[in-house]
Amino acid sequence: MGACFRRDDEFRGRFCNDSLTGTAIWLTPVYRFAGPGRTMYRIDFNKLRFLICDDNPHMRRILRTLLHSFGAREAYEAEDGATALEMYSHYVPDIVITDWAMPIFDGLELAQMIRQPESKGNPYAPIIMLTGHSEKRRVTVARDAGVTEFLAKPISAKGLYQRILNVVANPRPFIKTKTYFGPDRRRNTNNAYIGPERRVGGEMEVMQQPSLLDKARSNV
Amino acid sequence: MAKEKPGTIQVKSFADHHVITQPNPLRKVLLRVPESDLDDPVGRAEKALAGLSGEFKNWMTIEADRLSAAHEAILRDGFTIDNREELFRAAHDIKGDAATFGFPSAGAAAESLCRIIEHAPDLDQVPSELITHHINAIQAIVRERTKLDTATMASALSKQLRGVADEFLLKVNRDRPEHLEAILAPSIVPAE
Repeated sequence: MGACFRRDDEFRGRFCNDSLTGTAIWLTPVYRFAGPGRTMYRIDFNKLRFLICDDNPHMRRILRTLLHSFGAREAYEAEDGATALEMYSHYVPDIVITDWAMPIFDGLELAQMIRQPESKGNPYAPIIMLTGHSEKRRVTVARDAGVTEFLAKPISAKGLYQRILNVVANPRPFIKTKTYFGPDRRRNTNNAYIGPERRVGGEMEVMQQPSLLDKARSNV
Repeated sequence: MAKEKPGTIQVKSFADHHVITQPNPLRKVLLRVPESDLDDPVGRAEKALAGLSGEFKNWMTIEADRLSAAHEAILRDGFTIDNREELFRAAHDIKGDAATFGFPSAGAAAESLCRIIEHAPDLDQVPSELITHHINAIQAIVRERTKLDTATMASALSKQLRGVADEFLLKVNRDRPEHLEAILAPSIVPAE
């Protein structure tokens, strides 16, 4: 399977409607791959800097192998949340891939500490949570901690690649409220939603950031 | 809204929230390439993962031994906070890693053990055989993998353990609706 996607293709999403909140969560992009003679796009992993945080050395080895195979050169590793936070400040990674259950402080706390809008560091870096937790309520908790993408183990090369592709090509605006700072948790507009409107201000005022793919299209 | 200079953070304020559009620093990594330069990073990564597979059995043995050591500490000192955490982490790692390493049934048994640790109201009240059977099953699945008929047997064993564990958890959590809901909720990971 080719991992590039073509310029004039749809960038469609699979939406998972959260029945509790009426919002859509954890979109996974679906790319239609290009036919002959089309303009292609690919991710230059060579320019991406990763921070891997997992207390399990075997999983770190697998992640490192996958990222290097994708073409990444820079992948820093931490075995607990505290070390990862230090490395995050020091190396300023483009993408963080973290486990959930870890000693000292866990991946959830790491995400919360990165997502501090007043911090000196970069609070916007995409965070991919790769975890053995496989319950939907965990997905919601991770989302509410500011995690950008959730990937349940067992890990696959395709699953990891898709999450990376999504954070690179389809960034979401950030939302700041009294209790939340992180990527927009609404991934689509659900006209069938019945329930209280949690945001005040009118939907027309909500600004959307165009996806990188759309930006790239407009520059062609 | 007035046009902002490209690359600056744009903030739109509402009554109870702000919408922040930050410049995308990852834009630089999206490249236009001629079709002839196409490559297949996913396929390449799968091959690299296959190249590691010779080490998976050894890694799985290490993970299973770590689980047994955590269990021995509990038999010796009881369910201290540290002992409980270590048993959960060891089981949780197997739950996440085992399918990748080629031991999906060990992962299923470890998931069942994780559910017991997470949802039992009092671990000291959990029948010790229930935990011991999970540990022994995981060890057996890892040790006996090379035998011809073990895949089916391992799958049946892990399913049976899960059934017994779920029966226990449903019984002890009958007055704890939040745990019951979590126990009965389907996994987001497709079953093997």
